[in-house]
Amino acid sequence: MQREEWGFVHQNPRDGLRMRVSGGANVAEPLMYLGQRHYGKMRQATIDWLERVELDTLRIDDKPRNFSGGMQQRIQVARNLIHGPRLVFMDEPTGGLDVSVQARLLDLLRELVRDLNLAVIIVTHDMAVARLMADRLIVMKGGHVVETGLTDQVLDDPQHPYSQLLVSSVLQI
Amino acid sequence: MSALSPLSIVVEDLAKTFVLHNADSATIPVFHNLRLEVRPGECVVLAGESGVGKSTLMRSIYGNYLPTDGGVRVMHDGAYVDITRAAPHEVLEVRRRTLGYVSQFLRVIPRIPTLQLVMEPLLENGVDCDEARRRATELLSALRLPEAHWELPPATFSGGEQQRVNIARSFIRKYPVLLLDEPTASLDAENRAIVVQLIKSALAEGAAMIGIFHDEDVRDAVATRLFPVSQFKAAA
Ligand SMILES: Nc1ncnc2c1ncn2[C@@H]1O[C@H](COP(=O)(O)OP(=O)(O)OP(=O)(O)O)[C@@H](O)[C@H]1O
Ligand SMILES: [Mg+2]
Repeated sequence: MQREEWGFVHQNPRDGLRMRVSGGANVAEPLMYLGQRHYGKMRQATIDWLERVELDTLRIDDKPRNFSGGMQQRIQVARNLIHGPRLVFMDEPTGGLDVSVQARLLDLLRELVRDLNLAVIIVTHDMAVARLMADRLIVMKGGHVVETGLTDQVLDDPQHPYSQLLVSSVLQI
Repeated sequence: MSALSPLSIVVEDLAKTFVLHNADSATIPVFHNLRLEVRPGECVVLAGESGVGKSTLMRSIYGNYLPTDGGVRVMHDGAYVDITRAAPHEVLEVRRRTLGYVSQFLRVIPRIPTLQLVMEPLLENGVDCDEARRRATELLSALRLPEAHWELPPATFSGGEQQRVNIARSFIRKYPVLLLDEPTASLDAENRAIVVQLIKSALAEGAAMIGIFHDEDVRDAVATRLFPVSQFKAAA
């Protein structure tokens, strides 16, 4: 698979963004790497994507550190989707965020995945995130896959001792 | 429906035993050698005392529980799919188009307004947005859910209100097969009567149903046959 066909959203936005250039430049960069040279087109695509991830387009020139954690994460999402990948990896994308910010980002990701018909591999410790986002679940322990299946089946009727432990450790709310 | 129409659900020699690995590998045998066939237009009501395995059977048919043995074939697009062996994406496809499920509790995506939730099964099946909205509005009115609730997510609704959202999601389109786990449990008499009507007209149009109803009036009104799960009780 070619580099332009996938994206990678890191747990910590600092690992996925270039902190010295503006939010807008972060979003536009993948287009530049792929040979896009038309400045006007790139700027328009960037504005479109900032809107899609619900960011204020007036802040296109602000540096990432001036955005909140949730906003940084949305910049990272835009940066990883702007070039139209088919597969996106997400490593604990909502890990460091407040619950309310988390919920908003998850809503946004669900919508994007559906509308863009993306394949996503998401790493999470949060069973609620797994239930909400994933069709299929792979449970890993010590570097090995211990169970795989339809997400609601693995969560509601886990077969492996470790999956059972994970599910039974979740607080019911 | 003619007795010759193909079976909608065929449960073959189904067995389920839970093994609780973190409780000294305690085993809970629920049923074994269970056989059940359901035709279009039939409503088979699962009977038996609490804990006998009614919900376990229903969840196994939905693909939510993994049976220990046996198969569950569901007629989907003119061919049988064995839910117990199908790949996850096939099960999801069968659920999207063929197999509806009303559970006792509403489990939905947080923060999505009620109207949107009810429209979703139609949108997922290619119905356009205006038509979906029209039908969702009609059904929510029929179920007498106050209009003020339609733009709110159901998280804060009463038990009976949430239940009606659940019912609306499953009756908004004609699922050929419907599984109903106590869909009227928290409804008042008037709302129960409305749900009985929904069930009856779906049956008349050829849906195949398996239901669990504690309310005897509802059961008598919709059941075409009772199925005592205890006859397949597995020995502990
Ligand atoms: N996910 C699960 N893990 C372990 N055991 C389970 C699970 N689900 C059900 N059981 C057990 O299986 C048995 C049957 O439960 P089930 O919920 O199917 O009963 P039921 O007939 O629907 O009862 P009720 O009328 O009370 O709803 C019970 O002993 C229950 O504890
Ligand atoms: Mg039950």
